[in-house]
Amino acid sequence: MTELPLIGEAIAVAAEPRLAGARIGVVTFPGTLDDRDAARAVRLAGATPVPLWHADTALGDVDAVVIPGGFSYGDYLRAGAIARFAPLMSQIIDAANSDAKLPVLGICNGFQILTESHLLPGSMIKNDHLKFMCRDQVLRVENSNTAWTLDYEAGQEITVPLKNQDGQYIADEKTLDALEAEGRVVFRYVGFNPNGSRRDIAGISNTAGNVVGLMPHPEHAVEVGFGPETALSGGAGIGGSDTDGLGFFTSVLTKIVGGAK
Amino acid sequence: MSTSAETVSKKFNIDTVENAAKTPDTELPWAELGLKQNEFDEVVKVLGRRPTGAELAMYSVMWSEHCSYKSSKNHLRQFGEKVTDEMKKDMLVGIGENAGVTNLGDGWAVTFKIESHNSPSFVEPYQGAATGIGGIVRDIISMGARPVAVMDPLRFGAIDHPDTARVMHGAVAGIGGYGNSLGLPNIGGEMVFDSVYQGNPLVNALAVGVMRHEDIRLANASGKGNKVVLFGARTGGDGIGGASVLASESFDDTKPSKRPAVQVGDPFAEKVLIECCLELFKGSLVEGIQDLGAAGISCATSELASNGDGGMEVELTSVLLRDPTLTPGEILMSESQERMMAVVTPENIAAFEAVMAKWAVEYSWLGEVTDTGRLIITWEGEVIVDVDPRTVAHDGPVYDRPYARPEWQDAVQADAFTGSVQDAGRPSAPAELAAAVTELIASPNMCDKSWITNQYDRYVGGNTAMAFPDDAGVVRVDEETGLGVALATDANGRYTYLDPYHGAQLALAEAYRNVATSGAVPMAVSDCLNFGSPEDPDVMWQLAEAIRGLSDACMVLGIPVTGGNVSLYNQTGTTPIHPSPVVAVLGKLDDVARRTPSGWREDGQAIYLLGTTAAELDGSEWANMRGHLGGLPPQVDLGAERALGEILINASRDGMVDSAHDLSEGGLAAALVESSLRYGVGARIALQDVLDRDGVDLFTALFSESQGRAVVGVPRSEEVRFTDMCTARGFAHLRIGVVDAASGKLEINGVEPLSLDALREAHEATLPKYFD
Repeated sequence: MTELPLIGEAIAVAAEPRLAGARIGVVTFPGTLDDRDAARAVRLAGATPVPLWHADTALGDVDAVVIPGGFSYGDYLRAGAIARFAPLMSQIIDAANSDAKLPVLGICNGFQILTESHLLPGSMIKNDHLKFMCRDQVLRVENSNTAWTLDYEAGQEITVPLKNQDGQYIADEKTLDALEAEGRVVFRYVGFNPNGSRRDIAGISNTAGNVVGLMPHPEHAVEVGFGPETALSGGAGIGGSDTDGLGFFTSVLTKIVGGAK
Repeated sequence: MSTSAETVSKKFNIDTVENAAKTPDTELPWAELGLKQNEFDEVVKVLGRRPTGAELAMYSVMWSEHCSYKSSKNHLRQFGEKVTDEMKKDMLVGIGENAGVTNLGDGWAVTFKIESHNSPSFVEPYQGAATGIGGIVRDIISMGARPVAVMDPLRFGAIDHPDTARVMHGAVAGIGGYGNSLGLPNIGGEMVFDSVYQGNPLVNALAVGVMRHEDIRLANASGKGNKVVLFGARTGGDGIGGASVLASESFDDTKPSKRPAVQVGDPFAEKVLIECCLELFKGSLVEGIQDLGAAGISCATSELASNGDGGMEVELTSVLLRDPTLTPGEILMSESQERMMAVVTPENIAAFEAVMAKWAVEYSWLGEVTDTGRLIITWEGEVIVDVDPRTVAHDGPVYDRPYARPEWQDAVQADAFTGSVQDAGRPSAPAELAAAVTELIASPNMCDKSWITNQYDRYVGGNTAMAFPDDAGVVRVDEETGLGVALATDANGRYTYLDPYHGAQLALAEAYRNVATSGAVPMAVSDCLNFGSPEDPDVMWQLAEAIRGLSDACMVLGIPVTGGNVSLYNQTGTTPIHPSPVVAVLGKLDDVARRTPSGWREDGQAIYLLGTTAAELDGSEWANMRGHLGGLPPQVDLGAERALGEILINASRDGMVDSAHDLSEGGLAAALVESSLRYGVGARIALQDVLDRDGVDLFTALFSESQGRAVVGVPRSEEVRFTDMCTARGFAHLRIGVVDAASGKLEINGVEPLSLDALREAHEATLPKYFD
């Protein structure tokens, strides 16, 4: 597997050696789009991103995995339906379900792949308004005990970009009730439900809390000047808080290196 | 038993070169393929015999207006001739290649180009617009660059016409559907509604890419014995004759539907092709590369061969087909998308094939580079094309089309807005002016465009520093240094209709100003010249004048045209569109962190108006809203544009401004509202000093579209330094107000206060009202 193609050199982060030692895999399928962005987020959090190729048959030495957004295989069939059968996915499914409980984050298409893989329940269908939608979205963190949300407060509201065509989360009532009861609704849309998702659900976790999937894109809210336009930051992040998504990636580091953050 | 390939081939009565020589009197369908009698005669003269069916296919598409620029070539020369040393200093590759390349410094180069996909987008809006993105992105890849952003200037018919929704929904969804799947942020563009575009919408597409200097690739086939390979999607029956039939003729009701001539896109295939090509470049595995766009294999083989130092031999039955019944001529003309042709040395074949295997991209070896100077195409070994590639690709017909200033031009220019019937009841009371401002920013051309732009991914890549609705899109190129580029596209068809020479210059001036407003230094120009039929002397005059105006203006501004495209025959019946030269300007920011956004944010900052205002309402949005089009467009002063640009760039670099917004369509009224709504921060404005200095009334100060102006927000601590700079440079500047973050209002003396909530509601309601 070759390195991820980047524009220019990566941003140098004076990382703590303890954090840089953490290796977080970023999966690329044909049609994956946000892999470079996820790798950048990992790096900005202080860890080392490890490119993973869909056809690889071994997961290698990684402490966590991010399945980024995009349109794997064009999503011509059903979002994530083909990617789910990639050799690497079997490795990820096994590792996520193992006693070691590998932390796995699925963003957008990654979330769709996780539901297709049955690591997470439910499914995504076309947005209720039938259009692609890109906007800065407010989310409420409902559960701050998962591997990917430890650094947030429960009830905290964050703003991250959302961009998708098939983002409407659906599941049967029984499943939805169970998710609510078990605290597995990790994120909810606040103020505006951008796609008709049931119960305003933006992201969920598995029972153990190591696997999290969500439609919005925290990896696009990690760097000042390139994140969403919150009312406070007054746009394009100049002088404000547009790094609300970085907590996902620092959370998993907190988990990996032992919580003493 | 015969193989299926043999079975298929026997269906055709293959017209070989040998057969053509023997049967000079065979009737050929040259007229149906779009050639004129004199052009067909020229083909016969060049070849010394009648063309074969396959040769006829090649010449017909390559000599079409779309591919050969036969009507505009004589005029386009000015872009290459009117070039100063200043314009050449950063140009690495000029006009003529797939896209021009400009030096960004630090070993970086940038390539960008704008193109039209107008006719296909009217026939089949989704696929037409989608494949417009696909084509321009492949042009960028062909230069060796990684594409990093796209933009789409759009012009549709009247907002309330029943057919506009069909075209608008389809084109926007197509641009989103294709561009979003490529992982390229869409960072800007334009949207204009005007009934002149009803039967002929303009869907232009721009792409920008970056590369290291050593990665620049050119489209040529050199080195005898090197192999020619076609890779990407298979060749199908879609888009056959697209360039010759669609783009070179105007629509009328007497011909059957041309739907099959529009190509169908597969963005997933294109995304994989991008990554695959970048991996080929990284390993230096290709000698020359060319994308397949208009005229497909005809174009790729003839251009690669004629740009190289030898010839080329290709076996056409080696082309992988989606539809095995295609004839040789159809294979040569097919415009199936997501295909590339490359030249590979024998030593690199294995490495090339490994990259194809990794990305699961299909490919087939078609032939090799020769030293004969001929392009030979065979069908199962029989020669069906034997031509000098230059005669196909470069030496097509060139027309000196007659042109003359239209008889009606004087009458149009004499019909000024001021004092016209439509000018009756011009607003002057505070309540009237408030209503006028609200009406303006809710009008189809000035309303909020997020209904469109929210369907585009502006974040992907993580390098978007600025996007719509700011004046320019800004993308970071180098994460280490913050080096980046800014891009803006502009055109004003009404100005250009009133005065093509100055109208084209106004488009350039606005794009230049938009780039400078963001803080970037303008560096290069790409233009998409959308006009009516060149066979109409009135239209031809508009085209000639626009090109002359643009090339003259580029000299004054010191930035070269590095590429672009001409789209003619944009008319319905005998009614042409407004002449619409869409001009894209690219600029450079040493550090994108220093970019200037268009809205004010911080309470108490001083608001300055740069430049002076004259009574220039002809061709304005206000006149357009009142149904008037006549008079003379605003004066152009390119020296003043340059001076304003330098002020904006220096102010950005030295932290003297926190916001800047250029004044263009809708004048000061539009700029003030947009600067307020950008971040929901109000302001208090008093224009008395402007009225006194410039001798205009409040209505004119708000709605005139005088050029060379911008509003900037200046931090209190920087005010002295900023005004000293303007004074030293002798540039008109007046403090017109202050940012008021708490008020929630835009208050302009003499205008009833405008609540930001009401303005926003009016601004945002228009597109959903017509299109949801």
